[in-house]
Amino acid sequence: MTTTATAAAPSSGLQAGTPRRGVLSRIVDRLGSGAVQVVMVLLGLFWLVPTLGLLVVSMRTTQVNNAEGWWTVFTKPAELTIRNYQNLLSGGFSASFWNTVLITVPTTVLVIGIAAMAAYAFAWMEFPGRDAAFLVVVGLLIVPIQIALIPIGVLYGNAGIFGSIPGVVLFHVAFGLPFAIFLLRNFFVGIPASLLEAARMDGAAEWKIFARVVFPLGKPAIASLGIFQFLWVWNDMLIALVFANTDNQPMTKYLQSQMRQFGSNVDILSSGAFLSLIIPLILFFAFQRYFVQGMMAGSVK
Amino acid sequence: MTERLDGPQVPPAQVAGGAATGPADTPRARRRLGPSPAVAIAFLLPAALLLGVWVVYPIVYSIFRSLFDANGTGFVGLGNYTTIFTDAGTLTTIRNNLIWVVVAPIVVTTLGLIFAVLTERIRWATAFKLIVFMPMAVSLMAAGVIFRLVYEEDPDRGLANAVLTTVADTFSSSQGYPEARPREGDQSPVAAQDGAVVTKQPAQAGQPVLVPIVGVRPELVPSDARPAAQAPAGGALAGTVWFDFTPGGGGRSGAVDSTEKGLPGMTVEAVRNGQVAATATTTADGSFRFEGLPAGSYTIRLPQSNFEAAYGGLTWLGPTLITPAIIGAFVWVWAGFAMVLLAAGLAAIPRDALEAARIDGASEWQVFRKITVPLLSPVLLVVFVTMIINTLKVFDLVFIIAPSSVQPQANVIALEMWRVSFGGGNNQGLGSALAIFLLILVLPFMIMNIRRFRRENT
Repeated sequence: MTTTATAAAPSSGLQAGTPRRGVLSRIVDRLGSGAVQVVMVLLGLFWLVPTLGLLVVSMRTTQVNNAEGWWTVFTKPAELTIRNYQNLLSGGFSASFWNTVLITVPTTVLVIGIAAMAAYAFAWMEFPGRDAAFLVVVGLLIVPIQIALIPIGVLYGNAGIFGSIPGVVLFHVAFGLPFAIFLLRNFFVGIPASLLEAARMDGAAEWKIFARVVFPLGKPAIASLGIFQFLWVWNDMLIALVFANTDNQPMTKYLQSQMRQFGSNVDILSSGAFLSLIIPLILFFAFQRYFVQGMMAGSVK
Repeated sequence: MTERLDGPQVPPAQVAGGAATGPADTPRARRRLGPSPAVAIAFLLPAALLLGVWVVYPIVYSIFRSLFDANGTGFVGLGNYTTIFTDAGTLTTIRNNLIWVVVAPIVVTTLGLIFAVLTERIRWATAFKLIVFMPMAVSLMAAGVIFRLVYEEDPDRGLANAVLTTVADTFSSSQGYPEARPREGDQSPVAAQDGAVVTKQPAQAGQPVLVPIVGVRPELVPSDARPAAQAPAGGALAGTVWFDFTPGGGGRSGAVDSTEKGLPGMTVEAVRNGQVAATATTTADGSFRFEGLPAGSYTIRLPQSNFEAAYGGLTWLGPTLITPAIIGAFVWVWAGFAMVLLAAGLAAIPRDALEAARIDGASEWQVFRKITVPLLSPVLLVVFVTMIINTLKVFDLVFIIAPSSVQPQANVIALEMWRVSFGGGNNQGLGSALAIFLLILVLPFMIMNIRRFRRENT
């Protein structure tokens, strides 16, 4: 499947699209549309309420949280405070927030650049062993990262970059590449051949064709990839646990270190967890179209 | 980064996507203009270097490392692998992963299908999809904190138990006064009998029945309890159940004092000849009343259920329920993924096929079973297999949600690998063996991906 499919499928994703009569919809009709509405509202609440709970807990003092459930907020809204957030930001959390940014942004940029180059070669250049090499990339898609923790730990120890941000970034980049190459290559093969031929006949250098033709045309796929990559790295905990030391730890590792005393650290944990998910949520709501596109292209291709 | 969307790449071709064209077979004529292999290699070099050093080399290294002991000096052959299958701790780990693999993918796929079908029936489908899909953007760390809060055992703090106890309270009137007992002594009108409290003398209409109770834990006296009131003389059989204790001293034993609180919500039975003739419940001031009871003498009994602790919900984070509880969080995270993929699959099913079947007289269920599900099966398979891979790799949720004391019971392979290698175990030989074991578990899906891809591109 090519560009058309990759780009077209998502419109049936989150967007409701044209109303159509589905298969089961007639059965459901008989059950009564009202019942369906009620069930769906309950399910929607089921998915929404836990996150709402986190927000409320993060805006109440530990004493209040220990005394009563967050749902009492509806009768006592005056108890809400931003003190937890003030305490959190004056502690070690701010540094970990910036570490998350310092890890996530370079990783995303590097993955896009390196994968786009490789994907262009796989899609539009001929070289011996191309198809076999691409099958290797397909195989590497689901390699568990656990396999590399020990060997790369040893390697980083010898190279003296264990615990550093570049070490974390490089690990993320390497494990982000298979999916990135796969996604972009499948998009690039859909670029009309005539565009490339014209450029090549004009004698343009390959890197120029890549930068001026392929990369700009690949923007939708690159946007999807960028969002995915950003979220994976932003949300990662395992790689950070192993490869980032306390000076370079991202939010996930910082919060994990506070987990042991969950009861007494609820103030830090809830406000920290909520701050950590604000940026992903903004990205998600702003670019949900690309998010779904990337998911479709990566999974149902 | 343990959970990814990059599961298998199934070609649901006609079903989920739209027009299918072979991507790889670029016409030969076009290639003549292409650059030399040297240029291609230059473009591939950075990616090849990174993949070679960070992904391929570690696989080889881990295979060798797994054959050595904790120090990495003594060769132990397959000893680390034997440990995996004999050690009680790792066996629990494997058992848990098995539960995960069997339960979670089925639940997620089924739920996703139900959501996908139901969203076709509502106007606010986009809003619903956004809400259910939202957890996909949230880190598993944050999702873990969210569910630690949901699963708090105290029903006054944990949402799950708050809902359970509310539902339970709706169906049983038992207020629950554990440790409460009748006032003892010869002067007392009541006595304990097989866990229940009964009156010593038969009661009759017109004589107020007194049931003094002591030993009530103060925090269990409901906030709406009012000062105890003696039932008015005359009329029906009536009486008072109250907490015969005045805070700070004073008050008379066995007598209803205005300083003492009634015990609301007590179940009271009027018993005659061993049969329960009527049942009543005490009000806020502790009084009860049997209306329309035939005249005669009855024994008044407060059954044992009054003195059992109120239902307190489930110990979600205890050793027994921890894995199902974490699977619940996993479902919360992934159901949106299944829903969105399956909804796209449903939307792509040609309506002609369905209409034709209906015209031929097929029932809706037959249409669903015989046409929709088969046409949807490539997408169902993608979702299912992606979930299997994700459950095999599950790490963050278990690590965050399971309290440290329960982690041995909740443990999974990916977590155990981290624990023995970095989290204090300090045995990288066993850690490497666990990593290889994990790789072997996902290997069939890797081969499946490659074969699918080849089939699709030839």
